[in-house]
Parts: sequence; structure tokens; C-alpha cells
Amino acid sequence: MSRTDLGMPTFPQAARVSTKDAGLRANLTHATHTIRAKRAAAVAELPDWPRLRAAGAAVKDHTLRHLDHYLLQLEQAVTQAGGTVHWATTAEEANRITADIIKATGETEVVKVKSMATQETGLNEALAHHGITAYETDLAELIVQLGDDKPSHILVPAIHKNRTEIRDIFTRTMAAWGRPAPDDLHDTPAELAEAARLHLREKFLRAKVAVSGANFMIAETGTLVVVESEGNGRMCLTLPDTLISIVGIEKTIPTFRDLDILLQTLPRSSTAERMNPYTTMWTGTTPHDGPRNFHLVLLDNGRTDTLADTTGRQALRCIRCSACLNVCPVYERAGGHAYGSAYPGPIGAILTPQLRGTSTPLDASLPYASTLCGACYDVCPVAIDIPEILVHLRERVADQKDGHRAERTAMKAATWLLDHPAALSATERAASATRRLHPNRLPVPGPGKAWSDARDLPDVAAESFRAGWKKARGARTGTGTGTGTGTNEPKHDKDKDTPR
Amino acid sequence: MTQPAPSTSPGTPTSPETPSSRDIILARIRAALSDVPRTPGPPDTSGIPRDYLQAHVPDDDPTALTDLLAAHLTDYRAHVHRTTTGRLPQVLAELLATRRTRTTVIPPELPREWLARTTGITHTTDHPHLTATQLDGIDTVITGCALAIAETGTLVLDAGPDQGRRILTLVPDHHVCVVRAPQQIVASVPRALPHLDPTRPLTWISGPSATSDIELSRVEGVHGPRTLDVILVSA
Repeated sequence: MSRTDLGMPTFPQAARVSTKDAGLRANLTHATHTIRAKRAAAVAELPDWPRLRAAGAAVKDHTLRHLDHYLLQLEQAVTQAGGTVHWATTAEEANRITADIIKATGETEVVKVKSMATQETGLNEALAHHGITAYETDLAELIVQLGDDKPSHILVPAIHKNRTEIRDIFTRTMAAWGRPAPDDLHDTPAELAEAARLHLREKFLRAKVAVSGANFMIAETGTLVVVESEGNGRMCLTLPDTLISIVGIEKTIPTFRDLDILLQTLPRSSTAERMNPYTTMWTGTTPHDGPRNFHLVLLDNGRTDTLADTTGRQALRCIRCSACLNVCPVYERAGGHAYGSAYPGPIGAILTPQLRGTSTPLDASLPYASTLCGACYDVCPVAIDIPEILVHLRERVADQKDGHRAERTAMKAATWLLDHPAALSATERAASATRRLHPNRLPVPGPGKAWSDARDLPDVAAESFRAGWKKARGARTGTGTGTGTGTNEPKHDKDKDTPR
Repeated sequence: MTQPAPSTSPGTPTSPETPSSRDIILARIRAALSDVPRTPGPPDTSGIPRDYLQAHVPDDDPTALTDLLAAHLTDYRAHVHRTTTGRLPQVLAELLATRRTRTTVIPPELPREWLARTTGITHTTDHPHLTATQLDGIDTVITGCALAIAETGTLVLDAGPDQGRRILTLVPDHHVCVVRAPQQIVASVPRALPHLDPTRPLTWISGPSATSDIELSRVEGVHGPRTLDVILVSA
């Protein structure tokens, strides 16, 4: 990924700021809880959901395990259908190819379908360096672009903004980008959507070049699939003369038939709908219908590195539904910006460090942006075991030379303590005795500071669990019931076993 | 992370010394998949489980499928009307009057008899040179469809002669879609795909254009038609 924001704070630092933003947390809590409930209802309509989930995982895994074959098949089919296929090893290369195609048309403006791949490559900024203005046309992306902001959710990029904030952005900035917002614009969603419609329609009607991503690419036929709601996708995919689609190589599926799985699981997982309002499928070019020139840019940008990791490669199954974001307790509190990449939430916590590597402090912190509660795995429509990959990546980070030395030290200390029961007991007794003196946070200097600063210490119990257990058992049986480990309690008497 | 490799611009001839990005990516994939046994010939897809349901509703009951399609279209704020072939021209004329339609665009092979009862309305037959700006000035588009999916409330258009170019059902603010019920209705997505040709441009429509981008409140109509009327026509 090109946008390795070196100045970006690590996840704990960013989260410490964002979790204190009450407005952000209120917007996020409302949104994630709403969609969480709706998704569960939509999924419950399909009694074969576990089988669809297994089939979706199997299709994606199969494709990944034979990716070279399917990409070559895809290239041939797209080319035969009148399209041109380009291959890009990096974000920079994808952006350069795209800029070259646009320059060849003589245009300096393009309309864009919301696309995670182009966010990942930082396409808009790259095109700006070439004097090309890219207009985002998804309503949420428009809000983000006009607000000079960054997306914070895969599906609802402006989820962190409420209606009043959106009204203010439109009123303040629309005029500089094109048709101004209507006078006395109110903050009802209907009026805001109408303002966006009017603002963007003039752009659609004059656009000559469009840029998109794709949800799926069908190797067998060379067909690309885009699912969306608003119709901005259809506008971009249909009206301009030239269409450039930048798509990660992992979006390939073998056959048209395979869509019958993914078109059932994607909409219900993402927007909690039986089907999204619009799905567009196109194969190369069609005379008199849609763009005359079609370019497909196949993007690697770290995907082959991810593929090489036999545990982590399952992250490439991701169909970008965002269900994992909406159930994640960490995402709900920290917000999407804290993850510092195009991919926030649990999927971002595993995908970003694999695509970009874990050499920056931010990327090394992402595998820790989780409680490992497993909710993300439960909702994933392609059964990506996100907790497994998180733990796997934590190992990778911990093994890094300059990685989490403090964690290794702490784990060594804990291991020693657990191997020495008397010391453990003594430590517990000491902790209990001094509990009222404990600070809320550990004033740790050095490498542990980042960890301790972001966490309140739990209250220490008045007595250790083991001490309490002994007492409780003793009260009921009239004897001590210590299990013997490192204590001087009498052994448990079998004849006086506790009645059940 | 692997170091970025030298790359080539599109169309640049490659020499053995400078492998193309295509070669690099394919080589990286093959190296990454060293754990996967390679066999000659196309990959074996027989291991993919296909034991999911082909439909979630009984698909031998045409009346029930028509009702379900109507219910699910309505659920997503499409307006559903039901009539017979004989009454279709009258129903269509009344509907256009209700929506205050003055101008329509129609695909070249939309059955003309459908329009027999419309009066005072200008019908423009689509042709390849009709531009988006011209279509923007037209009130209503009337089309047929390739098929409809009951479970998901979806209309599928495949640019057939009674549907025309994709742009037609996109730019005008009002879309009237005629579905022959029950012949054109299938139960589910798995039932729909075998009837469709993926190499034709396909547009799947489930309710009118909508957004949930502002506080997840659903608003009908952003860029596509804000009003979708579906007429289910039985013999």
C-alpha cells in the first residue's frame, strides 16, 4: 500500500483521542447497533446460511489457491470481449497506469465509483499531481471528499458524521466543487440526498472518463460485477466513453455460477438487505451500450505477500461487506480513522499489516487492536478466522527484532511466576493488602508506556481467587480444600467430600 | 514486504532483462502457492460444497412466487400493480397520467400495443445517438425485463430488445417495468443465473435507487430513478 502514513499515530494513540470524542461515539454506536440488528434479521431469513458461508469460503479459497490460472483466464476473456488488461505490482504503478490512460483521453476530470482499491492506492491524490480532478460520487464519499476528511467505514465511509455536520459541509464547500448547495438547506437525510443528486448530476452528464473498482471478476467470462445502492455506480459505469476499473487480484471468482453464493451473502451481510438496489455486470465493451473503452488494472500491492502466508492468506477471501466492523467493540469505540488505512475494523487489523507489512509502529500495533472476542468471525460471510490471524500476526510482530520486547519480557516474568506457586501466592497477597494504594494506571516508563497509558488497571480483589476458593470450600465442608499447590493447607479428605 | 519491482507502462514491449509486471505478479503468486500441489489442466472445483438451498421458498407455486415478488418489491418501496394482458394498456395509461408523465423513452422493440391507450404523451424510441442530456429531459422510461427474482425482490434487465441500453433505465426519474407473471418470475438467485447470459450487460434492480449514508436512514432516490413502478401482467 502506498499510503503508509509514517506520521500516523499507532492505534492506541489514535484510539485514546477518538474514544474521548463523545459525538463520534454516539454516531458510531447508533449506526453500528442499527445495522447489527438488521443484519441478524436478514441472515435469519436464510436457513442454509452456514452452508452458504462454507461455500463462499470454499470458492474464494479455491480461487486463491489457483490464482495464476484464473487471472490468466480472466485476462484472456476480458481481452476477447474488447477490454484492455494492465497489471500493477504496486499502488504507484496502478495510479500511474490510470493517470496515463486518462491523459491519453485529453480529459482532466473523472467521476469515481466508491472503491476500496483506489482508496488503498491513494488514487485521488496521485491524479491531482497529474492535474486530474477525481470526483467521488457515492454520497458518503462525497461527504468525506467535500469535508476534506477520510473515510472511516468500508460501507458507510461518513458513518462518523451526523446529519447536521453533513449539512454544514455541503453548505460550506459544494460551491467550490461545482453546483452549490441550495439556500436554506435543512439537515433531513432526504434534503441532503437531493442536494447531492443535483450537485452530482451535472458531473455525470458531462463525464468522459470514469474510475471504478469491482466486487467480483468472473474468470470464465471476463465479467465484472459492481453492487451498489444509489445509482452513482451505474452512472459511472454506463455514461462515460472510457471506464477504468482498478481491482485487487483477489476479487476473482471462477464462474458466473459462483455468484449465486456471493450475491446471497454479500448484501445481507453489508447493508442487511435481501439484495442491494443496483447490481451492474459488464463484459468488455458492448456496441452502443456503455463505455467504448474499457481498461482493467489488476492490482497486487501486497496481495501476493499476503498469499504467501498460509495462515494469513484467508484474509484475501474478504468481500468487503463490513459486517465485522459493525459488531466489533473496539471499532465501535475507536472509530475507523484510528486504524490508519483504507481498511478499518477487524478486517483492517489483519489485512493492512499483511498488505503493508509490520515495519511501521502503526502497522505493528494493528494486530493488537482487538479484544479477540470473536464476534467478527461469527458474522463473516466467508468465514475468515480473524482472531486466528490476529494472534498469528501478534506472533510475527513480537518476533520482530525491534518489536514488542516489553511484551516478551512481561510474558517471561509471568511464566516464571506461574511456575513458582509460592511466589505467585505471595504476590497475590501483597497485591490484595495494598489494593487501596494502587494507581488507576501503571506509571510505566519505557517500552511498556504505550500499553499501560491506554489501559485502566482493573481493581484488585480483596483476596486472590485461590484464597477465596479455599475459604468458600472450607466454609461449606468445614475443612480447607486447597488443591495443594504451594500451600500448607491439609489435603482434601475424600470421605468428607462436598455433597452435590 | 517484497521490494517493489520495476514495472512497465501499458503497451511497453518487455525484454528478458526487464520482466513485465504481469510476469512478476504471476511469478510471485506461484512462489506464494508453493504449498499447493500443481496438477496439469484446469483446477478441480469438485471440492467446493454446493449443498446450499437452490431456493428458500417452494418454487412450484407460481401464485405464491408472484405474491412474494410483489411483497418484496413493495418492501423496498417499489410500487407494484397487477393486471392482465388485456388490461395492460389501460393500466399503463392510468399510471402515466398519475405520475404526470408527458414524455417517455421506450426500447426499440417494446410492444407498441402496450401504449395504445396513452394520449397526449410523446413517446421517443431509443436510438444509439440519444444522449444522457437528452434522456435527462424525459419523464419516464418503460421497459420489459429478462426475469424477476421473488426472494430478493429483484428485476433483471439484460439489454434485450424490450429493455434497451442500460442508460435508459438510469437517467429518467421514473421507471415502469413490465413483468410477465408468472413466466418471468424465478424463486431465487441460484434459479436465476442459469437463465442469464453474463456476456450481455446485466442490470439488477431491487427497488428504486436508495441511500443509507446519512445516519443509516434510508432515502429513496439518489441518482437513479426515484420512482419504480412494476406492473405484473398475467395472461
